[in-house]
Amino acid sequence: MSRLTVEPTGLSPTAYVLRGPRDASVRFDRRVLLMCSLLVAVMVAVFLTSLAVGDYTISAADVVRTLFGNPPDPLADFIVNGRRLPRVLVAFLVGGALGASGAVFQSLSRNPLGSPDVIGFTSGASAGAVFVILVAGGGMLQVAGGAVTGGVVTAVAVYLLAYKRGVQGFRLILVGIAAGAMLTSGVHYLLMRAELIQAASAQVWLTGSLNTRAWDHVTAVGIGVAVIAPLLAVLSRPMRMIEMGDDAATGLGVDAERVRLGMLIAATVLAAISVAAAGPIAFIALAAPHLARRLTGAAGAAVGSAALMGAALLGASDLVAQWVLPSPLPVGVVTVCIGGLYLVWLLAREGRRNHV
Amino acid sequence: MSEPRLHGNDLTLAYDERVISRGLSVSIPDGSFTVIVGPNACGKSTLLRALARMLKPSAGAVHLDGQLITRYSTKEAARRLGLLPQSSVAPEGITVADLVSRGRYPHQRLFRQWSAADTEAVAEAMANTGVTDLRHRRVDELSGGQRQRVWLAMVLAQQTPILLLDEPTTFLDIAHQIEVLDLCHDLHVSHGRTLVAVLHDLNHACRYASHLIAMRDGEIVAQGAPGAIVDETLVREVFGLNCRIIDDPETGTPLVIPAARQALSTSS
Repeated sequence: MSRLTVEPTGLSPTAYVLRGPRDASVRFDRRVLLMCSLLVAVMVAVFLTSLAVGDYTISAADVVRTLFGNPPDPLADFIVNGRRLPRVLVAFLVGGALGASGAVFQSLSRNPLGSPDVIGFTSGASAGAVFVILVAGGGMLQVAGGAVTGGVVTAVAVYLLAYKRGVQGFRLILVGIAAGAMLTSGVHYLLMRAELIQAASAQVWLTGSLNTRAWDHVTAVGIGVAVIAPLLAVLSRPMRMIEMGDDAATGLGVDAERVRLGMLIAATVLAAISVAAAGPIAFIALAAPHLARRLTGAAGAAVGSAALMGAALLGASDLVAQWVLPSPLPVGVVTVCIGGLYLVWLLAREGRRNHV
Repeated sequence: MSEPRLHGNDLTLAYDERVISRGLSVSIPDGSFTVIVGPNACGKSTLLRALARMLKPSAGAVHLDGQLITRYSTKEAARRLGLLPQSSVAPEGITVADLVSRGRYPHQRLFRQWSAADTEAVAEAMANTGVTDLRHRRVDELSGGQRQRVWLAMVLAQQTPILLLDEPTTFLDIAHQIEVLDLCHDLHVSHGRTLVAVLHDLNHACRYASHLIAMRDGEIVAQGAPGAIVDETLVREVFGLNCRIIDDPETGTPLVIPAARQALSTSS
C-alpha cells in the first residue's frame, strides 16, 4: 500500500494535491486550509468561553474536566452539560447550516446578495411561524413546524414560478423578491391585528434567538446537518462549474438542472432546519460566504469555509449577545450588527483599493 | 466508408413554440474544420447547440460515435465533445490556471481530483494558446483577447476529439481574431481534431474552413469545400449581398468583395 503524499499542482503557488492509494487524489489550497484551521481555532475558543462564562463562572480547567465526565460538582455538570453545551452546539450547527446555505444560494443565483431570502424562504418561514403564534396558537414545536412549512412551500412555489426551460438565477431572484415582499406585508398585517403581548412574542421569534435551546434541538439540527452534508460534499464540485454558465457546465459534463435542483433542496433544508431551531437569524447566510472568501482568497463561494465561518460567527455573536452587552439580547440583533458592520467595512476597503 | 462521428438526422429545432429549423440533416466530416456561416438569426448557433446537446431537438436525433448523443452520460459525452459557448462567466476572482483546470472536470471524480494527466493537459492547453505566462493572473483583469484565449485553453484542456466553437472570434480585434483562427487551424491540422465553428466573417470562413456549411432561414443552402461552393450566386442567395469573388492573394481561397453601392460617388 502506498503512503499519502502531498505535491503542488502548479495551478497557483498555494495549490496542492493530496495523493493516496489507488490513484485517489484530493485538491486543496494551503491558504484555504490555514484559514479554515484558524476558524476552527476561533470556534474552540468560543466553545470553551461559552461553557465557562455566565452568571456562574466556571474555570477553563473545570470546564474541560466536566466535558470529560469528571465534574468538580453537580452544579457545574448541570450548567455545562445541561445548559451551556447544547446552546453553543446549536449555535455552531445553525451558523454552519446558514453559512453553507448562503454559499449555495450565492453560487446558484450568481449574485453576491444571494441568500435563502432569494427564493423567499425566510419570509415564508416568518409568515408561517407568525401565523402559528398569532392565529393558530401552539407551542415551540408547532411554531417550528409552521416556519418550516411556510418556508418550504414558498421555496417550492418560487421555484415553480421561476421555471421555464430550467431555472435561471435572475428569474429566481425576481420571483423570490416579489414573493418575499408579499409575505412580509402579510406578516405585518398579522402583527398589526394581534394583541400586544402576542405580537411581542412573535417579534422575539422574528428576531431569531438561541435562548433555552436544549439537547433535543441539538439532536434535531445535528441529524439534519448530518444528512445534508454528504449531498453538499458531492454536489459542490459540479455546482462550482455551473458558476460559469449552464452551457459551459453542460459542455464539461455537468447535468446543470439536476445539480441545481439538488443544491436548492439541500440549501433549503439547511435554511429550514436553522429557522426551525433558532428563528430567522439575519445576516449569517449573507455575510459568512463573503467573509470566508475574503479570508481564504478563493474564487467563488466555497461551501465548506462558509459553513465554518457561519458557525464561528454565530457562536461568537451569541457570546456577545449574552454577556458583553449590559443586558442579554436575542442573537439576531447582534449578528446584524457584527456581520453587517464587518461586511460594510470590508466592502468599503475593497472598493477604495480598487479605485485608487 | 462508415458514417461520420457526429451527425444530425432530420432535426426539428425550436425554442418553445418558435421553430428555427425543420427536417435539417447535417454531417460533420471527421477531421475537418467545419465552419457554419449565414446571416444573423439563420439558426447557425441553434444548430451548433443541438450538435452539442445543449438544445434538445423536438424531432430527429443527433448521433455521436454511432450512438444517440443522449444515450451517453453527460460526463462521457463531455470526454468526446467539447463546447466553447458564446458567453461564459468567469467566477469572481478566479485565476487563469484555475479556470483552465476546470476543463479537466469530465476526466475527474470525487476522489480522483487531480492526476498527472491533468497537470500535463492543462500545461499543454495553456502553452498552445499562449497563456502560460498569464497563469497566475486573475481572469477578470485580462483583456478581451486574452480572456478568449483562456476560455479556449479550458476547452482544449478537456482534450476531446471533437470541438464545437460558438463564435469564438466575436468581440476580438482583427489581430486576435486571426490568432484564434490560426490556433484552430493548428489544432485541426497538427492534432487531427474535428472542429466545428460558427463564424460571422465569410472571408475568415473561406480561408480557414476545410468544410463550409452555409445556412439561411434554418436550412442548409450549400455545403462543401469553400473553393467549390462559394461564388457570387451563393453569397447573394445566402446573405442577399451583391459581391465579386476574387482569389485571396495569401491563400488562393475565395475572397468576397462586397459590391460598392456608392462606388462612383466615393471614388470621384
